[in-house]
Amino acid sequence: MSYPAEMKESIAKVEASRPARQHQAFPKLDPQEREDILRTYHPDYISGAFREIRVGPNKGDRAPHELANALEAEPLLIRDGFSLKKIVQQEPDAKCDVLVIGGGGAGASAALLAQENGAEVLISTKLRFGDANTMMAQGGIQAADKDNDSPALHYLDVMGGGAFACDPDLVEALVMDAPKVIAWLESLGVMFDKEPDGTMRTIHGGGTSRKRMHAARDYTGAEIMRVLRDEVRSRAGEPIPIRVWEFRPAVELLLDEKNRIAGAVLKDLDTSRLMIVHARAVIIASGGSGRLHYQGFPTTNHYGATGDGLVLAYRVGARLSFIDTMQYHPTGAAYPEQILGQLVTEKVRGLGAQVCNADGEQFVYPLETRDVEAAAFIRECTERSKGVVTSTGQMGVWLDAPLIDLLRGPGTIAAELPAMVRQFNRFGIDLAHEPILVYPTLHYQNGGVSIRPDAGTSIPGLFVAGEASGGIHGRNRLMGNSLLDICVFGRRAGMAAALLAKDIAPGNPHLAHLDEWEHLRREAGLEEGQASPILLPDYTRKTSLVLLRHPSIEEEVAGHFKSN
Amino acid sequence: MVDISILGQRYEVPEGLTILKALEWSGFQMTRGVGCRGGFCGACGTVYRLSNDHKLYYALACQTVIKAGMILGEIPFFPAQRPAYKLENLEASGEALIGLYPEILKCFGCNTCSKACPQGIDVLNVMSAVIRGDLPSAAEASFDCIACGLCVARCPSDNVPPNVSLLVRRLYGKYLSPPAGHLRYRLQELEGGSYKAEINGLKSAPLTELRQQYAVRQIEE
Ligand SMILES: Cc1cc2nc3c(=O)[nH]c(=O)nc-3n(C[C@H](O)[C@H](O)[C@H](O)COP(=O)(O)OP(=O)(O)OC[C@H]3O[C@@H](n4cnc5c(N)ncnc54)[C@H](O)[C@@H]3O)c2cc1C
Repeated sequence: MSYPAEMKESIAKVEASRPARQHQAFPKLDPQEREDILRTYHPDYISGAFREIRVGPNKGDRAPHELANALEAEPLLIRDGFSLKKIVQQEPDAKCDVLVIGGGGAGASAALLAQENGAEVLISTKLRFGDANTMMAQGGIQAADKDNDSPALHYLDVMGGGAFACDPDLVEALVMDAPKVIAWLESLGVMFDKEPDGTMRTIHGGGTSRKRMHAARDYTGAEIMRVLRDEVRSRAGEPIPIRVWEFRPAVELLLDEKNRIAGAVLKDLDTSRLMIVHARAVIIASGGSGRLHYQGFPTTNHYGATGDGLVLAYRVGARLSFIDTMQYHPTGAAYPEQILGQLVTEKVRGLGAQVCNADGEQFVYPLETRDVEAAAFIRECTERSKGVVTSTGQMGVWLDAPLIDLLRGPGTIAAELPAMVRQFNRFGIDLAHEPILVYPTLHYQNGGVSIRPDAGTSIPGLFVAGEASGGIHGRNRLMGNSLLDICVFGRRAGMAAALLAKDIAPGNPHLAHLDEWEHLRREAGLEEGQASPILLPDYTRKTSLVLLRHPSIEEEVAGHFKSN
Repeated sequence: MVDISILGQRYEVPEGLTILKALEWSGFQMTRGVGCRGGFCGACGTVYRLSNDHKLYYALACQTVIKAGMILGEIPFFPAQRPAYKLENLEASGEALIGLYPEILKCFGCNTCSKACPQGIDVLNVMSAVIRGDLPSAAEASFDCIACGLCVARCPSDNVPPNVSLLVRRLYGKYLSPPAGHLRYRLQELEGGSYKAEINGLKSAPLTELRQQYAVRQIEE
C-alpha cells in the first residue's frame, strides 16, 4: 500500500529537514501558552459538545452529550419490558462474596487480592477475559523506584499533569504503592525490560520529570494482562475459587433493603438470558468509554469500552467526577484509513521521535502533556493549515519515527517497538525509514465514579477501580499512570471488598431504585429513546436507514471506514 | 466493490475494508470474534481461502484488508488445554513444562504453527527451545504472542503453544530474569516509612507553592 505520491512530497520535506532537526530541541510552552492553546483548541473546551446532566447525583454538571445521554437513559431492563419484581424473585444463578464487573487489569487485580483475603470471587466480563483496554496498552507503567527519583517527585508530576485538580489522598496512594505494584508484577512473572544486571530500563513519558516508565517492549499492557489473567485462572481450582464468566456483562446493580449493594443482573450475550448474581460486595472495573465516540472522534479503545460502569453506579446514586474531561491521545493513526484512530504509542516520542508539519518543520515540543500536545496538532492543522490532508480528507501531522534509530542506533525501533512496526508493516509502511501520519484520537476517560483511597464509594458495598473511577488523575492522566492505577486501586478494592464481605449478612436484593429512577426521569421531563448501559457499539450498516436517507454509496463507505 | 464469502454466503463490500469492518458492513453485529480491534487481544483469528487457490490463509480480522474472492471463516472459540498449576510451586526448567504439557514431545516439526501465526512468530522454534529446556530463548521468541489460537487449531500433535509459551515467560520473568536491585531498595525505604513526611508536606502545601514547585522541578536529561 505505502504512501501515495502527494504524501511522499511532504515526506521528502521531513527527510530534508531531519539532519538539521536531529539535535534541535523545540522549546516547551510556558504555563500561559499551555493554558491558551488548551482553551482555544482542545476538544474539552468546545462548549457545544457538552450539556448539563438533567437527572441523578450529578444533575447540573457538564458532560459530553454522548455520556449525558447514556447516563440519563432508560434502563435496558425496563426498555426490554422485564418485570423487575420477577427478576429479583428469580433463584440466583450464582452467589459469591465479591462480584467483580470487568475482566481487564483492574478487575483481575481486584479478584486476586479479594481471593487472597478470603473472598469467593466471581468475575463477570463482557467479551473474553482480557479483551480490554489493558491488553492494548503499549508504552509503559510508571513507578518511582530509581535512585534519582522519589514518590514525592512522582506526586508532583501527577498533580501538575492533572492541572492540580487530582484528589491528593488518591495520588498519595498511587505513588506510594507504585514500587510495590512493580515488585508484585515481577513476582507474578511479568517480563519487564531490564539491563543484564536487573536494572529496569526506564524512559520518559509526557509530563514526567524522571525516567520512570517501565515497559515490556511495546506490549506492556498485554504482558501485564496475560500474566494477571493466567494467575486468576490458576486459582480456579482453589478451595476458595475465582470463577470467570465471559460474555455476561452486568446490566444493573442490585441493592438490599438497607440500600447496600447486593449483587447484579447480568445478560448472557450468547443466549440473551438474564442471570442473577447475589454478592456481598461489588467491584466495578469496567473501564472507559471511548466507544461512545465523543464529538465523533475515532478511538483507541477496545470494543467494549462503552461506559457501562458509570451508568450502573450512577443509577444507584454514586457521584461521578471529572466526567467533563476526556483524554485525546495526540498520536492516533491518521493513515492508512484501516487503522484510523488506533494508537501510536507515546513511547515513539519517548524514544526521540519529533513531530513535524507538512513542510517538515517542528512546531511543538514532542513531550508536552497529552492535552497540550493534541491541542497543538489541532492548531497546526486548522488555524495554521500546515497539516497533511489525505485523499479522504483526514488531517494529520508527521511523527518522524526514523529519528529514533539515528539517535539511539540502528535496530532500536525494531527492538523497542515491535507491535508498532508490525502494525504499519501490515500496510506497507516501514517505521524505521518512513514517518507516520498522526492526529488526535479519543483515548481515555479522565474521570469516573468518585472513590476513596480504599476504592470505596458513597454506596455501601460498592467499590470502583481502574478507568471507571475518577479523581486520581484530575483533569488529565499522564501516560503510565493508568496501568499503575488499575493495579494500585484494583488491589485496594479487592482487599477492602473482601474485608467488608466478611462481616455482612446478606439482605434481600431488589431493583426498586429503577422505579425511583424512572420517576426522577419523568419529573425531569425525559422521554423514552436511548436505553443504557450501551454494552456494545453498533457498526453494522443500516440498510433500512440508508434507504430512507439516500446517502450516496461514497458517503456511506467513507462513514463506514471512520466507524473504526 | 468486491465479492467475498462469509460463512459460505456471498456479500458485496467496499474495497479497502478490514475483514472485521467488512463483516459489519454486511450486517453482522459482532459479539464473538471481536475484542480490541487493534491487533493486541487475539479475539479475531480468522482462516480464509481464495477462490481457485488450494491454500489456507490466516489473519486477524481487525488487521487484514479484504481481497476479492475471500472465503472467510472466523474462529470465535477453540478449546485449549491448560493444566492446573501454581507458579510458586514450579521450577523454571524444561522438565517442569514437559511434566505439565507432555504433548510437547509429540511435536514432529511440521511447522504448520509458524505458518498459521499472524504475528509472524517462529512457533516451531519456540517449541523446540522448550523441549531443549532453553527457557530464555523460548520466552524471548514467543514474547509477541497474542494468543489468537490459530496455531492451536492447526497443530496435528494437539499442542497449545500460546499456553505453553505464556508459562515459559512467567517462569522466566519470575525466576530467571535478574531481579531489580533498586526496586528492592526502594521497597525497604518505603517500609521504613521514608517519603511519608515529604508527601504529607506536598499534600498540605498551598496550591500556589505546589504550582511553583512543579514549574521549577528539574527534568532528567
Ligand atoms: C491503546 C491504548 C494504549 C494505552 N497505553 C497505556 C500505557 O502505555 N500506559 C498506561 O498507563 N495506560 C495506557 N492506556 C490506558 C490503560 O490501558 C487503561 O486505562 C487501563 O488499562 C484500564 O484498565 P481497566 O481494567 O480499568 O479497564 P479495561 O482494561 O478496559 O477493562 C475493562 C473490562 O470491563 C469489561 N466490561 C465493560 N463493560 C462491562 C459490563 N457492563 N459488564 C462486565 N464487564 C464489562 C470490558 O469488556 C473489559 O474487559 C492505554 C489505553 C489504550 C486503549
